[in-house]
Amino acid sequence: MWPFIKKEFYHIFRDIRSMVILFGMPVAQVLLFGFAITTDIKDVPIAILDHSKDHVTREITSKLLSSGYFILESNINSNDGIGNSFKRGSVKEVVVFEENFAKKLEKEGKANVQLILDASEPNTATMINAYTSGIINTYSMQMMKTSGKIPMSIITESKMLYNSELKSVYMFVPGVITILLMLVSTMMTSISITREKEMGTMEALLVSPLKPIQIIIGKVIPYILLSFINLIVILLMAKFVFGMPIQGSVVLLLLESILFIVMALALGILISAVSKSQQQAMLLSMFGLLLPTIMLSGFIFPVENMPYILQLISHVMPSKWFIIIVKAIMLKGVGIAYFWKETLIIFGTTVFLIAMSVKKFKLRLE
Amino acid sequence: MTEENNIIVVKDLVKKFGSFVANDNLNFEVGKGEIFGFLGANGAGKTTTIKILSGLSKPTSGQATVAGFDVSRETDKVKRNIGYMSQKFSLYDDMTVKENFRFYGGIYGLSRKDITDKTASLLEKLDMLDQKDMLLKKIPLGWKQKLAFSVAVMHDPAVVFLDEPTGGVDPITRRQFWEMIYEKADEGITVFVTTHYMDEAEYCERVSIMAEGKIEALDTPRMLKKQFGVKTMDEVFVKIARGN
Repeated sequence: MWPFIKKEFYHIFRDIRSMVILFGMPVAQVLLFGFAITTDIKDVPIAILDHSKDHVTREITSKLLSSGYFILESNINSNDGIGNSFKRGSVKEVVVFEENFAKKLEKEGKANVQLILDASEPNTATMINAYTSGIINTYSMQMMKTSGKIPMSIITESKMLYNSELKSVYMFVPGVITILLMLVSTMMTSISITREKEMGTMEALLVSPLKPIQIIIGKVIPYILLSFINLIVILLMAKFVFGMPIQGSVVLLLLESILFIVMALALGILISAVSKSQQQAMLLSMFGLLLPTIMLSGFIFPVENMPYILQLISHVMPSKWFIIIVKAIMLKGVGIAYFWKETLIIFGTTVFLIAMSVKKFKLRLE
Repeated sequence: MTEENNIIVVKDLVKKFGSFVANDNLNFEVGKGEIFGFLGANGAGKTTTIKILSGLSKPTSGQATVAGFDVSRETDKVKRNIGYMSQKFSLYDDMTVKENFRFYGGIYGLSRKDITDKTASLLEKLDMLDQKDMLLKKIPLGWKQKLAFSVAVMHDPAVVFLDEPTGGVDPITRRQFWEMIYEKADEGITVFVTTHYMDEAEYCERVSIMAEGKIEALDTPRMLKKQFGVKTMDEVFVKIARGN
């Protein structure tokens, strides 16, 4: 057994491709998702069209600009200017105050602010809209308090649970962990097993006194170890680079991750049993698994917003359940009582996949 | 040749895949230290027989023993007593010569000292001691084959199965390779070899030729040529493969 595991490490450490996937990927992915593909907004260029120019509109404007989310690109004087600003692409939002803003507010108890957004990037637009409305709402609430008058407009209070600062890294880290564990465990094992088939070394292993189960275990042990190291690197980066908390039990998180890793490895073995070449194994794990994992696991797009049929499909993605578990442990800090069902689903999948791959492996021997 | 000296004994061996009969009632014996040529066109059923004899596949009926062990019931013992080399060599390109020896020695359960001694003596014979720390991918094809053979006999098996071992190399290298085979056979290792090169068939002590799952001929190359009234093994092979 030991010579086998040692051999496996030679393969990994001497192949630049493997090394990049194993150790470059986690760091790159976390940094990429953490910094680049962020949905936080910051320094969004806006324009103001103030038809009123009174003390209230000026105050709101300064609130917006001092928030850190927006910077003033220009003051526009007429409605014609709005279209031009957007066409130039220099602003993402125009805030329009109606005439006699302060007076109306005082007399009628309400006044209108119009937010015009560049929705060519819908997600960003939604974010900007929410931030702007939030700031204006806060302002009108404060004004109501100080003036002591009857409510001037309906105020909605939305409190963001678990991610009060709306930090997107909190959303991405569980997803990145899931994807990387899948990638390393599933893709690397399936490739390394099919490589032995392609090279003809698998025959030599099969006629040797090693039992098939020993071959499989020898194959997966190195990847379990490396996946685990990866997991710890990601968690450390999440904590120390992005300041992401781990509210719940670290031990529980690691245990759940090991379960997920074993599931992914079983999947990798199954893929290698059905594919004839390394390329085929790679394509199967990349497009057959990785993309659906990213798309359907709720990692980027919320499952609740998907068409019903895709929601159904997402139920068979083990990664979806794992992301729920990771979020529950890291962000909510709850224990196994809250996600034993999800754990059971992953456990069931693992057993199923192992049974399937053992069966396939035996069939192939015949 | 006495009964106890037979390393491989095959009796009424049948292997079916569904309705397809891959091995149709095979009967033969191979003696200790014999070089046995196992010939046949592609798809004649050679690979199936080798798989059964090496414990990878179970016969549908009949029986076979290798080194005195039943292939379907004592698979583990059979595996310990055989060596195997295929046309793909079964060596790892990203490991050095020494690491390859160490790995295969290790999975056959050789002790560390045995591995070191064996590696040194086998490499010395090949005059390759200087290359022991070279990655295998840097080694020329002909040398790789010799290394693969050395690795396959490292644990002193009773039988070594060579599945088209000399594909793609020049006649001189092939000649050298066969000298290694003779040497090992002299040491008492039985050599069970498949090949498509008929000059190699001439090197074998006895040759069997399969067609459509059956053994159509089995004798020494000299007797076979006499039996079919031809001058070369090539002609013998063509006659049998064509089915007359």
